[in-house]
Amino acid sequence: MGEHSNWPEWVYIGVVVALLCWVGAEAWNVERLVEHVPEDAETIKVVGQQWFWTFEHEDGTKEIGELHLETGKAYRFEITSTDVIHSFNIHDYVVLLDAVPGRVNTVWFAPTEAGVYDIQCREYCGLIHYNMRGTLYVEDPT
Amino acid sequence: MVLELHKPRPVWQIMFSTHHTDVGLLYLITSLGFLFLGGALALAIRAELFFPGSQIIADSMTFNRMFTVHGTTLIFLFILPSASAVGNYFVPIMVRYKDMAYPKLNAIAFWMIPPGGALIWLGFADFTWYATPPYSVISAPGPAADMWIFGLKILGVSSILGAINFVVTILKCKHPDMSIGQVPLLAWSFLSSSLIILVALPTFAAALLMLLTDRLGVSGFFNPVLGGDPIAYAHLFWFTFHPEVYVLVIPAIGMMYEIIPRFSRRPIFSHSSGVAAFVILAIVGFSSWAHHMYATGMSFTEKTVFMVGTLAAVPASAMHVFNFLATMWGGRIRFSTPMMWAVGGIALFFSAGAGGVVNSAMPLDFVTHDSYWVVGHFHLFVMGTIAFGTIGYVYYMFPYVTGRMYHEALGKVHFVLAMVGTVMVFFTQHVLGLFGMPRRIYDYPPIPEWVAMNQIATIGAMLIGISMAIWLGNMIYSSGRGREANMEDPFGLGGKYYYPHQQKNPVH
Repeated sequence: MGEHSNWPEWVYIGVVVALLCWVGAEAWNVERLVEHVPEDAETIKVVGQQWFWTFEHEDGTKEIGELHLETGKAYRFEITSTDVIHSFNIHDYVVLLDAVPGRVNTVWFAPTEAGVYDIQCREYCGLIHYNMRGTLYVEDPT
Repeated sequence: MVLELHKPRPVWQIMFSTHHTDVGLLYLITSLGFLFLGGALALAIRAELFFPGSQIIADSMTFNRMFTVHGTTLIFLFILPSASAVGNYFVPIMVRYKDMAYPKLNAIAFWMIPPGGALIWLGFADFTWYATPPYSVISAPGPAADMWIFGLKILGVSSILGAINFVVTILKCKHPDMSIGQVPLLAWSFLSSSLIILVALPTFAAALLMLLTDRLGVSGFFNPVLGGDPIAYAHLFWFTFHPEVYVLVIPAIGMMYEIIPRFSRRPIFSHSSGVAAFVILAIVGFSSWAHHMYATGMSFTEKTVFMVGTLAAVPASAMHVFNFLATMWGGRIRFSTPMMWAVGGIALFFSAGAGGVVNSAMPLDFVTHDSYWVVGHFHLFVMGTIAFGTIGYVYYMFPYVTGRMYHEALGKVHFVLAMVGTVMVFFTQHVLGLFGMPRRIYDYPPIPEWVAMNQIATIGAMLIGISMAIWLGNMIYSSGRGREANMEDPFGLGGKYYYPHQQKNPVH
């Protein structure tokens, strides 16, 4: 020990640190853009409970287990829960946020393609967690 | 080193002994027993997920209980005790002391594990190893949940007692001629992981009590109906258990630091860089706990802080990988079984770390969070790194413990099957997570990609199961009937220089 030089290790650490700085900066920048909610976003109230999802549109219409939205609009989900923690997830649009009782969490997205997408619960919530699923129907505006 | 099975003694002499190698043997056998129990649960879980629909497990509640006990068992009843086993055998010898600093405390710390394990297995709780509130407060069925809480309480105290013992043994009982810088890296790994336990664990001990009083209905810390906040539990839990991740992984890295130089027949590339990396990990490990909680609705600032804190832990882990590779570079490597496990463990450690960088980057976490990606990611640590390092080390200490050699070819078969199986299960689970499959689900819709990847993962798990059965047979047979080991140089590496731990400790 002691007779070898240490510069390869310092170079290596430098490369690792540089990579991490790049990842961190990119992530910070992307997240900052992603979290910026458009002002004209429609609000959808989402309530998770064992073991189904309820949705309430701005006009007061309620849906259970399924959600109908239109392409070309932005939507803001206000998510909460009435019993235990759930996690509201539309995987195809990377919408993911916990439904926490006593809190309202906000996330937004803008569907771009008409189609049928899965809604699921991503946080363990008990007996039927595996089947706490819903369906998102995205339609073109008529 | 005491040759436990070479000179048979009545089992009660070992059970009531306070000598460090006897307690080490008890830790070792207990932890391996729980490894096989917890592994059997994993095989059942994988078999259930082979097809959509119900296969071998009757209902989701049983399934939920099984993955809860699987996780709890392998973390608290396999990884922690198996590290203590290695520490008990080797730390006193490495710091040249006759025993652990407090032999009776050592035995007490061990004997808290069987009752803790019994509470967890007899209760069979269902609220995940995280005991997620408010589910665990208002919904989880008792007495299983309460037994889990008491079991964890006992295991936590056991960990703290063990940690105190290691810290005092290393800092106060090391030979006066030996400076702290000369303490071998395996002992350094126990020093740093024990210090983390002492700082981190009391927080979870408090959270467990709060959870218990919440369940009894006399408080509402985590129950929103009574004005509490379940996210507070998340902070308390992860403040303990993110650093605890390093408690689990650091001794395994220490074991690799023992194996890699011996079988490369070169001294470690940089002892001081290894020490520095352990110390940095032990400190920086405390700055990242809330990266488990991005999806609970944290603010942008909070997420940024914990992302930076998480990324800060990466260079220290990378220093270990560099140290291993630089040691092997130009060495005369002998790929005996322990070396194969250590090298495989390093490869999987690197993969796990790379996946961890992805998780910590805020926008990507919302793709991977609570999906099978996370399951694959942390299993690359607990199985790929920690279990691989530990199993390699069990092979390595086998001749010192039993006086006999294991069957080398079977050891290599064990490694190859387990390595292929681990890659099949956990790399596939990463991809499965990207396809959106949530973790902790008993059944899943028949989406073709999900079905295919679950089947690959299950076949991989069965390979691991077969390899572990081979290992068990090898250990049992070889400890009684194996070839006698050459105790001066069991692995034929030549040169006394490579065996500083062969000084024999007196038996009490």
